[in-house]
Parts: sequence; structure tokens; C-alpha cells
Amino acid sequence: MNTMNQMSRRNFLRMSGLIGVSAMLAACSGSSDGSDAPAADADTFRIGGIGPVTGGAALYGIATKYGAQVAVDEVNAAGKIKMVLNWQDDEHDPEKSVNAYNTLRDWGLQILVGTTTTNPCVAVSALTNADRIFELTPSASSVNVLGGEEIGADGPRKDNVFQMCFTDPNQGTRSAQYIDEKGLGTKIAIIYNNADAYSTGIYQKFETEAATRNLEIVSVTTFTDDSATDFSAQLNKAKDAGADLVFLPIYYTPASIILKQASDMGYAPKFFGVDGMDGILDVEGFDTSLAEGVMLLTPFVATATDEATQNFDAAYKAAAGVDTNPIQFAADAYDCVHAIAKAIDQAGITPDMATADICDKLIATFTGDFEFSGLTCPIGEVMTWSETGEVSKDPKGMVIVDGVYQPLD
Amino acid sequence: MSFLTALINGISLGSVYAIIALGYTMVYGIAKMLNFAHGDVIMVGGYLCFCTVQYLGLPTLAGVILAVVGCTALGIVVEGLAYKPLRQAPSLAVLITAIGVSYFLQNSALLIWGADPKAFPSAVSFPSVKLFDGQLIINSITIVTVLAAVLVMVALTLFTSRTKMGKAMRACSEDKGAAQLMGINVDRTISMVFAIGSGLAAIAGVLLCSAYPTLTPTTGSMPGIKAFTAAVFGGIGSIPGAALGGVLLGIIEIMAKTYISTQLSDAIVFGVLIIVLLIKPAGLLGKLVPEKV
Repeated sequence: MNTMNQMSRRNFLRMSGLIGVSAMLAACSGSSDGSDAPAADADTFRIGGIGPVTGGAALYGIATKYGAQVAVDEVNAAGKIKMVLNWQDDEHDPEKSVNAYNTLRDWGLQILVGTTTTNPCVAVSALTNADRIFELTPSASSVNVLGGEEIGADGPRKDNVFQMCFTDPNQGTRSAQYIDEKGLGTKIAIIYNNADAYSTGIYQKFETEAATRNLEIVSVTTFTDDSATDFSAQLNKAKDAGADLVFLPIYYTPASIILKQASDMGYAPKFFGVDGMDGILDVEGFDTSLAEGVMLLTPFVATATDEATQNFDAAYKAAAGVDTNPIQFAADAYDCVHAIAKAIDQAGITPDMATADICDKLIATFTGDFEFSGLTCPIGEVMTWSETGEVSKDPKGMVIVDGVYQPLD
Repeated sequence: MSFLTALINGISLGSVYAIIALGYTMVYGIAKMLNFAHGDVIMVGGYLCFCTVQYLGLPTLAGVILAVVGCTALGIVVEGLAYKPLRQAPSLAVLITAIGVSYFLQNSALLIWGADPKAFPSAVSFPSVKLFDGQLIINSITIVTVLAAVLVMVALTLFTSRTKMGKAMRACSEDKGAAQLMGINVDRTISMVFAIGSGLAAIAGVLLCSAYPTLTPTTGSMPGIKAFTAAVFGGIGSIPGAALGGVLLGIIEIMAKTYISTQLSDAIVFGVLIIVLLIKPAGLLGKLVPEKV
């Protein structure tokens, strides 16, 4: 009996200790949340951003976060429009992305730049559509982000959502076009990530376009994020099938392993990637000679010599505190903020308007005669947006020569 | 020829799984806990080697040694701080702690080294072996991986069967209470096992990253889970079982990818695991210990 009492007393002490600790933790996180949210005056637009700043896809979220921040600072420095950016982490997880969105809603979100990655964006765009908040995503490229059966999406069009990047089908079609018109390969092998909507979307469209152009696909193999370490089986299949071109509609991290393993096994086909291949030259420690001759699609090259790109490159490095070049995700987010600022100015929107009014005015502007020229479209050209939310930008082919991108055209 | 290539690739992948599985199986055999942070110690080993070679400009061998020393120290610290206080706690508490340590290590690596993937410099530089007029190419790293796995296996077997510490480890794995009565310091033995397991993890990390040369904060997690599967497959707690399980798992995975479907390969691997466990619940080389009532 005595021991029972002692036990329960000890347990009670433990419990109260636990409660105390958790209360302290709650207090800490509460106060840090408060200081995290930037203060905003009545004359300042509250711009929210969502993207994975931690976790496996953190590279993309960090790029978009600082790309957007550089643009917000520039807009504020210009003085005409005042904005404040509140960036929330979603770890590339749809559930956490919705939580991040709710946090921004509570903060008083007016316009959303995001989300960075496709799967979370499909979830969040449904909410912004219901809440009537204007959303411009820098890099979520699936058609399901926009919605609309006419462009092949699963659901109806979400009229408040627009893209800065080109869509997946667009890239798949354009890749097949390049390969056919330039005579790059006769026997094509494809390795794609079948757990990823982005990769699968491009692959499907590529296959359709290849069939209409009578391109011969000799091997199709897949991997998932969990098995993205060993590609020897996939490469051997491609090699045995006699493929002279391997199409890689995937991100550059697995692509860098594929290039290394292909070189190790003495297999040297041509490699053709899409916009996810961008960044491969900046992987720390990567032997860039392996990427020699690799082709890819990208709207932005950080080493371009024009003034705007050079300035952005320097500002991004300073903002993010890194010395690596910004990838195209950063440039896309930068363009998003500037496009929004231009549209706000053109439509005469003020921060005191209701969020739904801001949304309607921005939709009318973007689908109207709005034109924007930024880092991610060729110099001297402009981007426009269609009713379906897609940007008019055309994927441009590049080939890596001596560690530098050269236009394929 | 493609069969031979696939077999060699499978053995190479399996050898890495085997070295990782040894860490799981030793800790389980003696401490009766699943150290889910093992995969992340591998990642730390990879980063330590990467930093030594890339930033300090030292040769790869120095990187390997530094990684082993660093990971052993990390293993001892983690064990002392996170697991030792829970020696008497139910195994579920320790399991959750291990998962916590795993997340802690991943996010610390994210803070220190950032999210950008690093391309791991190859640990070996001699050329690959070409057989049958270049139709069959065996990578130098494959040879090194397989040799390292065999070496580690032999060393570990000798250690547990011949040395005093090894005997103490086996005694603890059979009956902790009796071992203590015989004058064995059980606490110290368990710490020792963690140190050895973490040192092995460092070697596995360097080999894994040399063969599949991308390093991110989550590099270790999936190979860790696969290796854990291999340990269960071979019979958890058994050292030869871990090696056999690892190599078999690697071969099955590559063969399934080559001859059946890349999409179904993981389903096939885990399907085989389920069948094996249905027929032999203790794994291929595991001993079924009857519960005394």
C-alpha cells in the first residue's frame, strides 16, 4: 500500500514536470511565432509565401523564399508600393502546407506567392480558390494546380491561380519536338520518377508526342524518391536496348547519380533533361565534366551576362548568405513578386481593399492585356497569361558546353 | 551478360546493406532495441568524410578515419544522453526516442550543411575491371565495397568469438541478468556495442556515398530502412544473418528491377520478406527462442 502511494506520488511529480516543460515549450513557440510574423501597416500589402525551407525538397523552398524576398525589397526600395513578405515552411507536405496557409490566413494574407512544389500546391490552391485569395505559383508546374478540364486537369478551373513556370505537358511536348527536329536520337530510353506528379506528367506528354512523331522509345524505367540511390538496373536496360538518347524528366539530384553511374559503366548516350535538370552544375563536389553535352530546358541562366540577371545573382547571394548561383526557382519567385507589383500598380489596387476585391482585380488584370518581362523570359520578349492560368513562356533548350549553358537553337 | 552485370550490381548494393544491417543487428541482439537513428549516423559519416576531403583537402583515407572516429564518438554521446537513461524503461519508449534522435540528426545536418545535395568524391581511384572484351565492367568501388563488407564480417566474427569483450557481448545478448551476476558490466558492454555499430555506420556511409554519390541530410534514411529489413530477413540478432540478408536483399532488388519491373521492385522485395517470415518467423538464420512460462 505504502509503495503504491509512493509510486503514484512519483508519477504525479513526473506528470507535473512534463506538463511544466510542455507549457514552457508552448510558451516559447507561441512567442517565436509572434515575432516571426512581420508587422504590417495599413498601407502595406501582406504577401504570403509557402515552400519547403526544411526537409528533402528544402533547396527549392529556400530558393523561392530568398528570390521573393529580393524582389520585395526592390519593390519597397522603389517606393511606389509597400509590401511585406511572410514565408512559411511546408516541408513539401500537402498537410503541412495547408497548415502553413492557415497560419498566413490568420496573419491577414492578401496575395499568395506559392506554393513552391506541386503536390502541396494542388491542396492549397483549392483553399485559396474557396477563400478568394489571388495565387501566383513560381514553380508548381502540374496542370492540376490550375484546374480546368480543357488543359487536362482532374477538376474544374481555379480561376484565381496562375503559374510563372511553364506547365509539365508543355515541357514534355517541347522535349519530343527538340529531339525529333534536331535529330538528337533514334532510340530513346526514359527514366522517370513514378512517385512524382511533375515527372510522370512530363513523361506521359512526351510519350504521346513521341508517338505522333514516330520516335522510337526502346526502354521505359522508373524509380521513386525512396529508391533514388541506385540506377544501375535502369541504365543497363537502356544500354541493352541500344538507346542512344536517355530522356530524364526528373530533378537534378537523381540525375547527377545517373550521369555518374552511366560514366562508370562506360555507357555514353546523349542525355536530355527538362527544367528540373537546372542546377546540376552547382552541385557541390560534382564533376561537371560528366554533364558535358547534357541538354535541358530552362527559362533562366544565372550566368547570363545581362544586367538584370547579374544584379539578381548578386542580390540573391547577399540575401541568402550563400555563394552558389540562384537556380531558376529563385528567378521564378522573383518574377512572381515583380509581376504582382506591376499588376497592382496597373489595376490601381490599394492594400485597404477587401482580399476578394484584390483577387478579382488581379484576375481581370492578368487575363487582360497585362504584359510582363522578367528574368525568366528571353530579353526583349514579354510574358502574358491565358484564361487557363498558363504563362505564354516557351521552354528553351540548352546544351552544356564547357560547363556553360549554350542555346540549342 | 546482362545477368552477370545485374548480379554484380546486386552484390554491390547488398554489401552496403549488409554493413548497415550489422549495426542494426548487433544493437538489437544485445540491447534489444531498434536503433532507428542508425541510418542517420551513416549520413553523418558521409558528411564527415565529404568535409575532410572537400574542405580540408586531405586524402580520402584520412576522411574515412575521421568519419569512423567522429561517428564512434557520436554513437557514444547519443547512447549516453538518449538511451542510457532509458535502460529500465519499456522498449516502446526507447523506440520513440530512437526516432526522435533520427529526426534530430537529420535536422542538425540540414542546419550545418544545408539542403543542397553534395556530390561525394569517389573514395577509390583505380580503374574499373573490364572482362569479356569490355562487355562486363566491374567498377572499382564495387570491388572495394564487397571486400570491405567481407573484411568487416570476418573482423566482427573474430571479435565476438575470440575476445573478452566479444564474449561479454554474447553473454549480455543471451541473458543480461546472468551476465551481470557473472561480473560483466552490462552498461559498459551496451555502450561498447553502440560505439562499434556507429563506427561501422561511418564505413557504410562512405561506401554508400561512393557508390551512389549524392549526399543530402536524408541520404541515410531509406538505405537504413532497407538494411533493417535485411537484418530481419536474415534473422535479427544474428551477425551472419545480417550479412546474408543484406546481400540477398540487394540481389533480389536489382534482379526484380532488371527482369520484372522497376515500378514493382520494392513491392517484390518486401513481398519476399513476408513470405520468408511466414515460413521462418525468426528470419533465415535467426534462432527462435521459446518463451519460458
